[in-house]
Amino acid sequence: MERHYFEYAASQPIKQRAHVGVVGSGDLEVLLEPSPDQKTHVTVITSVDGFGETWKLVMDRFFSRYRHAASIEIHDFGATPGAVALRLEQAVERSQS
Amino acid sequence: MSQPTLLNPQQFLARKSFVELNARERAQALLDEGSYRELLGPFERLESPWLLLQGVVPQADDGLIVARGKIRGADSVILAIEGQFQGGGIGEVSGAKIAAALDLALEDAKKGHPIQVVLLLETGGVRLQEANLGLEAIAEINSSLIALRHHVPVVGVIAGMVGCFGGMSITASLCSYLIMTREARLGLNGPEVIEEQSEIEEFDSKDRQLIWGVNGGEQRHATGFADYVAEDDVAAIKACINEAFGRGIPTRHRSEQVDDYLKRLAGIDVSYQLETSEVRKLWSNGENL
Repeated sequence: MERHYFEYAASQPIKQRAHVGVVGSGDLEVLLEPSPDQKTHVTVITSVDGFGETWKLVMDRFFSRYRHAASIEIHDFGATPGAVALRLEQAVERSQS
Repeated sequence: MSQPTLLNPQQFLARKSFVELNARERAQALLDEGSYRELLGPFERLESPWLLLQGVVPQADDGLIVARGKIRGADSVILAIEGQFQGGGIGEVSGAKIAAALDLALEDAKKGHPIQVVLLLETGGVRLQEANLGLEAIAEINSSLIALRHHVPVVGVIAGMVGCFGGMSITASLCSYLIMTREARLGLNGPEVIEEQSEIEEFDSKDRQLIWGVNGGEQRHATGFADYVAEDDVAAIKACINEAFGRGIPTRHRSEQVDDYLKRLAGIDVSYQLETSEVRKLWSNGENL
């Protein structure tokens, strides 16, 4: 098990919090809430060790497009980078609906 | 007692799988449209304090969804175990959520405001990382359920694919009514555990025909341990739940028929391995007890 933390500059506030996913094999859960400041904070707890660099690449790419200020907590149980990006997308969509 | 019939292709395609839904989606699917309200949801962050210490990733709701809402207009609560998280294992927090919800339902019933209770059981039993705390939680769930079921019927659903094993199989058996799909399994010890403890000659956990012939929904229904066997379809499960609630509180719960069950067990020849069909004959439907 490993923890990672990422921080990004953000501008717009989010509408509402959102929760998606399950901490099941190959999946993850995302908790997305309004951020207390003008930044996006991402905390990751993952069951898979040694993929910090991959997490950074996935997050950098995602938050280069998404500029809303959110506090995000991820509980990962071995999701692939594709699954991580899709779940994040889903959480953002829910937070804006 | 509903008997399953084979679906024609149109029916098969029209069905909405219940098994494929996660616990939260299952609770949402069973409650009347727009009535769903979650208690102690993921943002309350009531997660297990024990898993992180052992290097296991926790889930924010500890794998247990408490959903209030209405079923056909009647106040209801659904307690749904997430089978994908740690095999639906019951820990200190998830177990306390179930027991507390049952206790609140009892309080409401005593005040003259009965709340229908549905348990969605998808669990291997105690979560081993929380050992004694999980065991104690299951004991609390069971005593709360026994107190509650004399006031309101408690309906259990085992849909699969995890099934319901260990201490939680006792919980399933204490329910006023139990609904299973054909894919679901119910047993005290899981097949792998029996094989490990008593050798493969005793129980081959890879032999699917044997396992479903002992633990499967159809066999459990035919031998009176489950009241309904439903198709893997949201509407079919809903229909069974409605029918069960319509029957009210059973005059005698299964677990109150101890003497009758002991008499039956005493009459069985244990010198050879019984076939599935023989067990069905010996243990014809529970209502005939």
